[in-house]
Amino acid sequence: MDIIVCIKQVPDTTEVKINPETNTLIREGVPSIINPFDENAIEEALRLREKHGGKVTVITMGPPQAKEALKQAIAMGADDVALVSDKAFAGSDTWATSYTLAQTIKKIGRFDIIFCGKQAIDGDTAQVGPGIAEWLNIPQITFAVKVELQGDKIKVERLLEEANEVVEVPLPCMLTVVKQINEPRVSSLKGMMKAKKTEIKTFSAADVDADPLKTGHNGSPTRVVKIFTPPPKGGGEMLCGSTEEMVSSLISRLKERKTI
Amino acid sequence: MLDYGFKEEHTMIRELVRKIAVEKVMPVRAELDEKEQFPWEILKVLAEADLCGLYIPEEYGGFGQSVLAFCIATEELSRVCGGVGVTFAASALGSTPILIFGTEEQKRKYMPEIAAGKKLAAFGLTEANAGSDASGLETTAVKDGDYYILNGTKQWITNGGEAEIYSVIAMTDKKKGARGATAFIIEKGTPGFDFGKKEKKMGIRCSATRELVFQNCKVHKDQILGKEGMGFIVAMKTLDLTRPGIGAQAVGIAQGALDEAIKYAKERVQFGKPIISIQAVQHMLANMATQIEASRALVYSVAKAIDNGAKDYTKEASMAKLIASDTAMFVTTEAVQIMGGYGYMREYPVEKMMRDAKITQIYEGTNQIQRNQIGLSLIKESARK
Repeated sequence: MDIIVCIKQVPDTTEVKINPETNTLIREGVPSIINPFDENAIEEALRLREKHGGKVTVITMGPPQAKEALKQAIAMGADDVALVSDKAFAGSDTWATSYTLAQTIKKIGRFDIIFCGKQAIDGDTAQVGPGIAEWLNIPQITFAVKVELQGDKIKVERLLEEANEVVEVPLPCMLTVVKQINEPRVSSLKGMMKAKKTEIKTFSAADVDADPLKTGHNGSPTRVVKIFTPPPKGGGEMLCGSTEEMVSSLISRLKERKTI
Repeated sequence: MLDYGFKEEHTMIRELVRKIAVEKVMPVRAELDEKEQFPWEILKVLAEADLCGLYIPEEYGGFGQSVLAFCIATEELSRVCGGVGVTFAASALGSTPILIFGTEEQKRKYMPEIAAGKKLAAFGLTEANAGSDASGLETTAVKDGDYYILNGTKQWITNGGEAEIYSVIAMTDKKKGARGATAFIIEKGTPGFDFGKKEKKMGIRCSATRELVFQNCKVHKDQILGKEGMGFIVAMKTLDLTRPGIGAQAVGIAQGALDEAIKYAKERVQFGKPIISIQAVQHMLANMATQIEASRALVYSVAKAIDNGAKDYTKEASMAKLIASDTAMFVTTEAVQIMGGYGYMREYPVEKMMRDAKITQIYEGTNQIQRNQIGLSLIKESARK
């Protein structure tokens, strides 16, 4: 069982601030972490390996400092990691990113399952996982909450809004996972020592035979027109008293504001 | 905290334990305390993170016999929960006799499972009539061929009932007094070995404290630690080695209380400003922080000295335990004071820290006994001059 997990290093906050003048993310002073859903993806891969044997390879596309995220993956128990990093990748949107990761996976070669988090907490697009599956032309199952390997097939329960859906696909396939699928393990001391000693291998655009027209800014059809912080919502007001009092108070307020 | 010139692995251990403490212990500490529930889930996480064998040599499955590493881990756990901290530390107390006095065979049999966190250990010395005065032990072990028959009751044994492996001191020859005690390794499940009721405690309430009851419990002579008659030496050497760990536990509890007090003082507005801007409060915090750093410095120094091969450290180990535990009591009391009514409420964590701190002045030798020990060492040292 060869499993590849694609992860992203993201700023450690759910409240990313935006510089109103440049419309870019303020990253200074914000520590970087593995995207939380990607930690679930690593955990699920490790659990499958523990049950069925095999190898877990974790990859990420990003700047050189993304090596830290890969080291954490080793500390958790990943067998192998790779960083895909090149100046040519700057400005990649989800199209170019999924292309680049798919090229990297082709370069790695063998795989039975690709795991991704359902989305990254910074971009929130949830497009890269499915994009990879499309570039590789393999089945994809998103929002996996339960995974069960059955020979050369995999049975997956998907967490949907109204109900859970159980689907089955042949391997190889790509799965994105939700946080309810598991609780990611804490790194082990021996894993951390191993991570410290590991030299992270890096692939450039040329290493993964990436087409320059499909990577980075050139390969990204998405154009960001504007990024802005929405004005903060006004605070709510709680009404007290008996039901009658609250209703009459509410109606008088609505009338005051000429809502009704 | 001062840069103590740690090795990278020590920093790594601190970060890892801190992460576990914050992510896994903090959310459940109040509930564990309230329900007096043993923290098995947390111990499992610690085991998976390779943290149960920090004080155990690599050949027995540990991470390399470092008192300092063990102290750092105990401190960071206790910073969040003193009960979890002592549960972790008591297994080291229970297995240290095997490490120091065990035969190669005994070590190979017991240490790897303890290092892997698969089994907990506990130490059985105290009895109803033998606390500070350990010579009053009444549990007996009578020789019967290749076996010893144990009778008696050990009291207030941390990890009692939960642990699988017990280091127990019993009298093999009462007439010989201190030289008549012997240490045994006794496994849970040995016929005649049972547990008394689980005690209800003031603090460290998630830790388990029970009686060990021996009724004609038959133990093979191969289970003796060291030699017959060495029981007190086993106990004293063990406690010398583990006292810095209690010091570390106390430093952790104190640091946790200071963390809370500072956080609160910054948020709490009275007289139109956060109370941390009031000098009276700043001075309280300054005293707390100073005492903590002094205690920590001594705990680490003693731990490092032991790791570097120091032979005689009884006095300094006692000093580290003494200053750190008195500091824990002082700092947690002050933290409650700074937080006022909030501090006194169980909704906030400092009242628990104050309850947890008290035991550090009592167990593994009361602070009065520590002072006796230090005084005795001073007399011995002066006699040598």
